[in-house]
Amino acid sequence: MPQYAAIIYSKDVDWTLPEYTTDMKEYNEFGQAAAAVIRGGAALYQTSTATTVRVQGGKGGDVIATDGPYTETKEALTGFYLLECADLDEAIRVAAQIPAAWDGAVEVRPVIDFGG
Amino acid sequence: MTEAEARAALVRLVRDEGRRVLATLARVLGDLPLAEDAVQDAAVRALESWPRDGVPVEPRAWLTLTARRRAIDILRREAARAGKEAESVIEPDDPPPAESSATVRDDLLRLVFTCCHPALAVETQVALALRTLCGLSVAEVGAALLVPEATMAKRLTRARQKITKAAIPYTVPADHELPDRLRGVLAVVYLLFTTGYAPTGAPRPDLVDEAVRLTRLLRELMPGEPSVLGLLALELLQDSRRAARHRADGTPVLLADQDRGRWRRDLVEEGVLLVGEGLRRTPDVPDPYVVQAAIAACHALAPTWADTDWAAVVSWYDVLLTVADTPVARLNRAVAVGERDGPAAGLAAVDAVDELSGYPLWHAARAELLARLDRVDEADTAYRAALAIPQDDAQLIHLRRRRARLGGR
Repeated sequence: MPQYAAIIYSKDVDWTLPEYTTDMKEYNEFGQAAAAVIRGGAALYQTSTATTVRVQGGKGGDVIATDGPYTETKEALTGFYLLECADLDEAIRVAAQIPAAWDGAVEVRPVIDFGG
Repeated sequence: MTEAEARAALVRLVRDEGRRVLATLARVLGDLPLAEDAVQDAAVRALESWPRDGVPVEPRAWLTLTARRRAIDILRREAARAGKEAESVIEPDDPPPAESSATVRDDLLRLVFTCCHPALAVETQVALALRTLCGLSVAEVGAALLVPEATMAKRLTRARQKITKAAIPYTVPADHELPDRLRGVLAVVYLLFTTGYAPTGAPRPDLVDEAVRLTRLLRELMPGEPSVLGLLALELLQDSRRAARHRADGTPVLLADQDRGRWRRDLVEEGVLLVGEGLRRTPDVPDPYVVQAAIAACHALAPTWADTDWAAVVSWYDVLLTVADTPVARLNRAVAVGERDGPAAGLAAVDAVDELSGYPLWHAARAELLARLDRVDEADTAYRAALAIPQDDAQLIHLRRRRARLGGR
């Protein structure tokens, strides 16, 4: 069965703070409801904690680490799920249940199968 | 039959049968792009060998067998490259099962819903439908949608990749998803119809027939769906004029000048009945297709252009604008106002739709109304503006004729 990354774009906040308890509860509910298709995933700290790494001049060159995310967007990349679904329609149905889809956006991308 | 005619008939047969073979093979393989490659290859072989060896007694079975063998070749080659055993999805020399017509229809519908999947951009859905459902070449799809061939080729390649890699399903959607999905399908099918009915270049009755057939199929699947009834009515009422719409030389004949005795009454009657059913099923919110069909019905039922119920036509356009306000609909309403209230009122109404100044028929409508007001010089200027806009040859010839007629006034 194909796997999909459901990449979450939402408000850029620290989800561990007490004021986001309700949000976390919604994510927990989603996690339980979709347990059959979730193969992995992670929630990320806010983009102000991000460091973007580039190596100048290609492999072996100078490491340039800059403060902040790769791109600044209104909604930030705040996490992802790895889903295993029958097809894109099922993946879309599952993604629509992720709380971020209700006020942000969820990008669904097929995962490359290297045939391992 | 000349050689060219025989060739054209053969191409039509291969396309028509090839589409059905594709629909079924895509289900059997579970891979639409692979099925497309295989059927494409079978079609090329058919066009090589049939003129030499004669058309097989059962062309569809021939194409099915050839396409299945080709699909297996492709699968084996890919498996060899990956160092794996080919999974035998299908056996090469199994006689292909004789599919019932109902199965073939369902397969075609699956093809329709896959080509019109909302995860694809609308312009991609339309392009895929034309390529996959109509069997047009990439160049023809590009021409139909006014997109350069290279751009179209890229778009179709990306679409095929997405269908495969993102696993867009080859299914008819579940009941609760159907209304949403249907709207996209109808837009594509109607574009298919207009591509055949009012194309750039010669009309393609085979596309018109295919669009009508697909619409009838959708009606069978969703018998009570007003927009399907409306679309079918609209198509039938327009298509009823097929024989009267062009002169022998291919130039168009305006609705006003058509020989109404050549309209197909059977299609008019069926269309009018469908409009009635569509209207009964949409008492609250008008459906754009049903309303457009109601306008077409006003024309279909009028004994002559002059005897058309223009007040009704204008009213239906007013309704249409409440649900689907487009500049072209407003232009058509303005022309109807000209018939109801006279050319001066019509000209004012047409002038109000001035965002269409890049559209030859807007200038042509102005020219007609100016001529009726005996403002011959202004009419001539308007015709010149219409002729200056790139358009297909038949319409250019038609506009030149109208312009030449001005001198005779």
